[in-house]
Amino acid sequence: MAADLLDIKIQRGPDKYETFQVPSHASQTVLDVVSWVQQNADPTLSYRFACRVGMCGSCAMMVNGVPRWTCRTHISKVSKGNAVTIGPLRNLPVIKDLVVDMDPFFDKWIAAEGVHHGSRTRDDPIAPVDTSTPARVTANAGIECINCAVCFAACDTVTGSADYLGPAALQRAWTLLNDTKDTAAATILDAVSDRNGCHNCHAMGSCTAYCPNELDPMSAIAGLKRETAKSLLRRRR
Amino acid sequence: MKTARNIISRAHPLWNAYILHRLSGLGLALFLPVHFWVLAMAVTAPAQLDGFLHLTETPVVKLAEVGLVFLLAVHMFGGLRLMALEWLPWSPSQKTMAALATALSFFVAALFFLKAI
Repeated sequence: MAADLLDIKIQRGPDKYETFQVPSHASQTVLDVVSWVQQNADPTLSYRFACRVGMCGSCAMMVNGVPRWTCRTHISKVSKGNAVTIGPLRNLPVIKDLVVDMDPFFDKWIAAEGVHHGSRTRDDPIAPVDTSTPARVTANAGIECINCAVCFAACDTVTGSADYLGPAALQRAWTLLNDTKDTAAATILDAVSDRNGCHNCHAMGSCTAYCPNELDPMSAIAGLKRETAKSLLRRRR
Repeated sequence: MKTARNIISRAHPLWNAYILHRLSGLGLALFLPVHFWVLAMAVTAPAQLDGFLHLTETPVVKLAEVGLVFLLAVHMFGGLRLMALEWLPWSPSQKTMAALATALSFFVAALFFLKAI
């Protein structure tokens, strides 16, 4: 049942906007609307998505000034009147229309040592993991990150200092630091405590406020601040 | 240049707590030199100081004092919040803490205001 028309304003360049009239439907998501525009109004519109169910983390965009996973954001929840403004994610270089270059975001995961540092080979038995230890509970708190870069786009500190590692990479480092299977705690702490690391965080909390999976990168970064401070004291002793 | 992608909504308690803490700090930093200058008058120009102290009886200055106490309270509770947030591994209650710190600051400032009038 198509009732009214939505006024969808899409940013298509540094100063270029185009407004499209899109038929409104029940339970319509922001991604549905963008797809409608691409399929029915302008096939040259570029945007990115894959799973459409909040698993892959590829469809994040700025929606009325808030970074959101568009596949799980209902238009009815974000529209003002019948209008919605959609732009590419903040803090990342735009390739075209709504598509941003995610390379700087993922490069920072590597820079924060957000990679698995294992000790076993495929011939060893699987490491037992006790799910009840406090460290594991802390690690579990961050493992549902889908790399959508919503937190990265929300962070004013990333805007202010382009080399800051950002909430997602630091939360990944915190998760690995608490993972008993990871063997490189000192390497992680060195990586996250350099000049672009966790101590840049001003605890503005936009990462935590806007994370679509309701994770808490701000507290993860606070954890890294504590651990880097403790390790400094240990080294001085 | 403000484009759609560069406008971000900061309307959430954590960011409000952050900005209140920073602005109150700035306000206090601006106040302190004036404060010391007036105190120094006790040594350099006692007569001028007396004149100034009469001025503090006026409602405008009283009102300004309320603002000052508010800044102090906001900054103190903001600092306590920040230390708790960074050094105590609490998690989802941080928003509540931010709101509580602000509420307490308002409460203290309001108490002072009621006493002053």
